[in-house]
Amino acid sequence: MLYFSKLRIFFITLISLLFILIASSNLFNFDNNLMNKKINLGLDLQGGSYLLLEIDNNPVIVQKLQNLTTIIRNHFKEKNIKIKNLKLSDQKLFFSVDDQFKKKVLEVFNDENSDLNPYNQRFKSHQLDIVEENNVFIVNYSSQGIIELKTSSQDQALEIVRRRIDEIGTNEPNILKRGNDRILVELPGLDDPMRIKSLLGKTANLTFRFVTNNNEDSFGAEKLKYEDRDEEANVSKRIILSGDNLLDAQPRMNNQTNETVVSFTLDRVGAKRFGKATSNGIGKQLAIVLDGKIISAPVIRDTIASGSGQISGGFTFQSATDLALLLRSGALPAPLKIIEERTVGPDLGQDSINAGMIALVIGFALVILFIFIKYKVFGLITNITLVINLFLLIGILTIFEATLTLPGIAGIILTVGMAVDANVLIFERIKEELKDEKNNLIAFDSGYTKSRTAILDANITTLLAAIILFFMGSGPIKGFSLTLGIGIFTTLFSVYFIARLLTVLYVSKNKDKKVLI
Amino acid sequence: MIPFNRYYNKFNILSISLVVISLVLLIFKGLNFGIDFKGGTLIELRSTDSKINVSSLRGNLSQMNLGDVSVKNFGNEIDFLIKFENNDNKNVIEEIKFNLDKSFGNNFSFRRVENVGPKVSAELLKSGIIAISVALALMLIYIWIRFEWQFSLGAILALFHDVIVTLGLFSLLGLEINLSIIAAVLTIVGYSMNDTVVIFDRVRENLRKYSDIKIYELTNISINETLSRTLITSITTLLALLSIFFFGGEILKGFSLAMIFGVIFGTYSSIYIANTVLVRLKVSQKTVLREEDKN
Repeated sequence: MLYFSKLRIFFITLISLLFILIASSNLFNFDNNLMNKKINLGLDLQGGSYLLLEIDNNPVIVQKLQNLTTIIRNHFKEKNIKIKNLKLSDQKLFFSVDDQFKKKVLEVFNDENSDLNPYNQRFKSHQLDIVEENNVFIVNYSSQGIIELKTSSQDQALEIVRRRIDEIGTNEPNILKRGNDRILVELPGLDDPMRIKSLLGKTANLTFRFVTNNNEDSFGAEKLKYEDRDEEANVSKRIILSGDNLLDAQPRMNNQTNETVVSFTLDRVGAKRFGKATSNGIGKQLAIVLDGKIISAPVIRDTIASGSGQISGGFTFQSATDLALLLRSGALPAPLKIIEERTVGPDLGQDSINAGMIALVIGFALVILFIFIKYKVFGLITNITLVINLFLLIGILTIFEATLTLPGIAGIILTVGMAVDANVLIFERIKEELKDEKNNLIAFDSGYTKSRTAILDANITTLLAAIILFFMGSGPIKGFSLTLGIGIFTTLFSVYFIARLLTVLYVSKNKDKKVLI
Repeated sequence: MIPFNRYYNKFNILSISLVVISLVLLIFKGLNFGIDFKGGTLIELRSTDSKINVSSLRGNLSQMNLGDVSVKNFGNEIDFLIKFENNDNKNVIEEIKFNLDKSFGNNFSFRRVENVGPKVSAELLKSGIIAISVALALMLIYIWIRFEWQFSLGAILALFHDVIVTLGLFSLLGLEINLSIIAAVLTIVGYSMNDTVVIFDRVRENLRKYSDIKIYELTNISINETLSRTLITSITTLLALLSIFFFGGEILKGFSLAMIFGVIFGTYSSIYIANTVLVRLKVSQKTVLREEDKN
């Protein structure tokens, strides 16, 4: 255990120096690529906002099933099968057919090449399940179908969320999927998430629809409330234009009315439809509906063929800017709900950094002082090891550009406290060995050998706890398990290479003297 | 040599009573779950006006229909911690801001806002319980592979003792259980195991070395031989933890306190629980040797 080759000494020294350099790169700005890595500060240290959004897929399922009613009707019409009593309730479709067609219907739904009910080879499952109960067919999404639907709406929502956040221009947002119906948004440096929260909370489903007074509209009509007042209007369900047809939207000042408006530009299809609708509907009211509420319902005075227009609705400049942003970035496939929020202001973050650093320095000083008093020369060796251990730990965090959180700093301090353990185990063992063994080298050697299992055991148990925490914990707690876990490896390295090397150097110089631990 | 073994019985009775009291407390008083596990909203405020105090804030907020609002100072006179249960109002933070600005002037900064919905808090609680259970199970497996079953039983009993008594103390003092406490409990599990294993290692070594010494004496020898290591490691760990407790800021107080309790209990239990299990199970040299024959 005691022999070190020159080459090994060289490498140990090299690694230690390298890590001291890397760790200190956090304090300076280096220009080259190797050295400009830095530890990331977690949201709890630099301030920022953590939002967990959940997608409410229920409206999507209902909407898809609603669309399916027409598709099913048409599909069987071609086969001269009449679908009767088709209705949608509780996310299920109910319908019936004449007895002689029942087999045919089941065949169509269970056909692996069916267009109506796509089959997923990999999961051996159809998108839709069909069962027959009391002569009524019940169709609903299969569990695989639900997963596909959720995944696709999560993909879409993620894209829209990213666009909205990019439009606001916060620095380095982190937008990630969680499960199949959640999106995690981390916004460093943002101390007031109010605006982003309100922007993410809106589906931004924009439609242009005529206001009708008669209920004989073939598409049906619904009563909708105005956004800014307690009034209702009867709006046709026929959608003339939707947000999908928008190319651009910008907040503008209308010079005539001195009002803030949102001006929009339509794509070609949209422009054509808009032109046609405005020329046929002169004198009618065109309702602009956002998320089920009427923003405004101007009377059409002229044909608008240019493919651009304005939305007015008593906006402030801020609300017009936000609406334009929402329209530009597109509608969410489904409503989002913020189910977890954690926001830390930048001043608290800085206070936490300061407190963490003070605790680290004081904790470190106390441990070093105690160990020095207890072990003298070997205390000094332990303390040098401890310092290098700290550099190794910070260096590794730096290389991986890991995220340091406040509990992470606690993990570092705790590592300092516990790292001493391995050296203590060794020194205490050597002390015992020295009682019977007069040869220093042999006593030291067996001290190292005999303490090895206990040291491994001790560190494996802590490592197990850290690993579990890493996989189960979230955010800041993950930071704690990270520093604690890495700390175990750096501790073992520094104890078995650095401390041992220093011990060996000292003992070989004092081979024949009495060594006091 | 300190005669630790003379007090085995007394401390066993003490430990059993502590565990029973803790369980009674946990069942009847329960734990004070924070918003991480209960759901709800937490706001940390700093006021720049020294006239604002807890009761004036509480009076103001209680008119806002927030349900059960708790307001207290957080570490000093100008920082406040406000907590209330979940409600469906999406704009509640904005409304509180508006309301406070109106009543007290623009004298607040919102330092921290946390809001955990009911679904998330239920999941966090579940994953916390799973994490602790998995940790205990892994430790069990580890120790079972490393040692004979008598040792495993001793270590596991010591582990349960530490976790239960620490949680019992949290229940007694009404301290808040949040995510960082779960981290603390898991670290305690690791630490307590660590401490026990080091002594057990020595017990096993001594069992082979001295065939004529009874386990009652042998555990005492082993405890004494490892005592200075046990104490030094506990002291350095406690020094680090005390430093976090006193200087690491309010947010880490609960975590470091739980760890401090845990380290003290962990050190105590590896001496007075883990070892007494060996004594009571009449572990002898045969126990260790038989196991080796098998291998």
